[in-house]
Amino acid sequence: MFLLKTRNSLPGFNLALGYTVFYLSLIVLIPLSLLFFKTSTMGWAAFSEVIFSHRTMAAYRLSFGTAFVASCINVVFGFLIAWVLARYKFPGKRLVDAFIDLPFALPTAVAGIALTALYSSNGWVGQYLYKMGIQSAYSTLGITLALIFIGLPFIVRTIEPILQDLDPELEEAAASLGAGRWLTFTKVIFPVILPSLLTGFSLAFARCIGEYGSVVFIAGNMPGKTEIAPLLIITKLEQYDYTGATAIAVVMLLVSFLLLAFTNFLQWYTAKRIGMN
Amino acid sequence: MSQVRRETTLVKWSLISVALIYIGLFLLLPLAIVLTTGLSKGLGVYFSSLSEANTLAAIRLTLLTAAIAVPLNLVFGIAASWAIAKFDFHGKNFLLTLIDLPLSVSPIISGLIYVLMFGAQGVLGPWLMEHNIKVIFTPIAIILATIFVTFPMVARELIPLMKTQGNEEEEAALTLGASGFKTFWYVTLPNIKWGLLYGVILCNARAMGEFGAVSVVSGHIRGLTNTLPLHIEILYNEYQFTAAFAVASLLAFLALITLVVKSLIELKFHEELKSSRRSMH
Repeated sequence: MFLLKTRNSLPGFNLALGYTVFYLSLIVLIPLSLLFFKTSTMGWAAFSEVIFSHRTMAAYRLSFGTAFVASCINVVFGFLIAWVLARYKFPGKRLVDAFIDLPFALPTAVAGIALTALYSSNGWVGQYLYKMGIQSAYSTLGITLALIFIGLPFIVRTIEPILQDLDPELEEAAASLGAGRWLTFTKVIFPVILPSLLTGFSLAFARCIGEYGSVVFIAGNMPGKTEIAPLLIITKLEQYDYTGATAIAVVMLLVSFLLLAFTNFLQWYTAKRIGMN
Repeated sequence: MSQVRRETTLVKWSLISVALIYIGLFLLLPLAIVLTTGLSKGLGVYFSSLSEANTLAAIRLTLLTAAIAVPLNLVFGIAASWAIAKFDFHGKNFLLTLIDLPLSVSPIISGLIYVLMFGAQGVLGPWLMEHNIKVIFTPIAIILATIFVTFPMVARELIPLMKTQGNEEEEAALTLGASGFKTFWYVTLPNIKWGLLYGVILCNARAMGEFGAVSVVSGHIRGLTNTLPLHIEILYNEYQFTAAFAVASLLAFLALITLVVKSLIELKFHEELKSSRRSMH
């Protein structure tokens, strides 16, 4: 399967590739394949009974729905932040730029309790929202707020380099032909960065549907209402219902793989287009 | 930047303001509340919650987990990047996709697969029980799950970096009679050391902070199978908020140190790392 294409004078190919494939199989491929193996032993009737049950469907709807809304909000503001960081100079910019990666670096459990404290009825932000009648913790809104936190850097970090590399001549040409900034943006800049926006969106969305730590504290975890799919897997495991947990997990994994294939295609497409320019 | 690419000052500063407010609201406030709540009852309470026996046990297990998971993934990262970046072979892109897989798997599923492997009803469960070996609900399972979730983090920093550096320097060293190992040690390693450190720091932050995957396999046995994030959850669920946030602040400091070191490396070795940063996710 892995055959060298050309002669190469460097040593160690067999050892390096051999170890790579061995370690990859041991840690990732064999354990992950068990998920599909376990599912295949269930039979369709048992499988569909789990995944189409009222409780599971509600969990999927919640996980996918909140991930979608949070990623949509983040695409708008993530793009704006990427634009500001790529185009403008302002004091403290370097600090702000470094700070964007906080959700990558901050453990999810820490983020989880912090967000809950922030948005609960006596929290710094929550107290004002609750006064307005908005229940910002232990609700769908709370889950969405946590997912906004988690997803933001995926979008900023995907768009920022594209904006930095955007050929200035494109915009200058548009301007010299009489286009205003807004027209240049919608007709010249936006079409070029659209694939990266979609890439950022799907990266954030994929991360959000599987997210657990930052969500579980603020979610409320009411079955059928505020119970996310990853939590339902844990609940099934705690009841020693391994097959139920596996069935729910396999569906989520397949969605993740589809998203991965989509982002790989988008990145390939973007690279090809930039290469052509 | 030429004049035509500029927005008016009003538009520019409005956009900057909106960006900063959004970052302040969604990123800065959560961090601030961790640090202030942990310290809200004074330094005495802060340090006594940190020196409590179960907290110390959690710190030890977290350090042990990272000390095993990070070096293993470092060795893997070097092997994988040597094969992928320095050689051209069929199936390379497929291999790259497989290496990145753990990043697109939910942490809960990452834990679940090890339960399916080693749990009582798992594939190896009966055999392990016969030989009286316990894996699930022990530190071994925690370490395995951590290795899984941090699996590609060094490799994905090194592969693009090694690719941009090409093979010329190594070929020159080999022509001059250096052995394969010496070539790697004196030529390749100095070239990739900053990328390596970058990958190790990100890998370490994730290893010490992983929650979901570890939570599935841990069993939450106090003093034995609780890492720092799991210990935070227990304290929080017991309404010991100050203690929970004090312990959380340790991990928040770790995150801040990670960000600072990461930015310093990016600042100093901007060009070298540019390509690797681009494919960060």
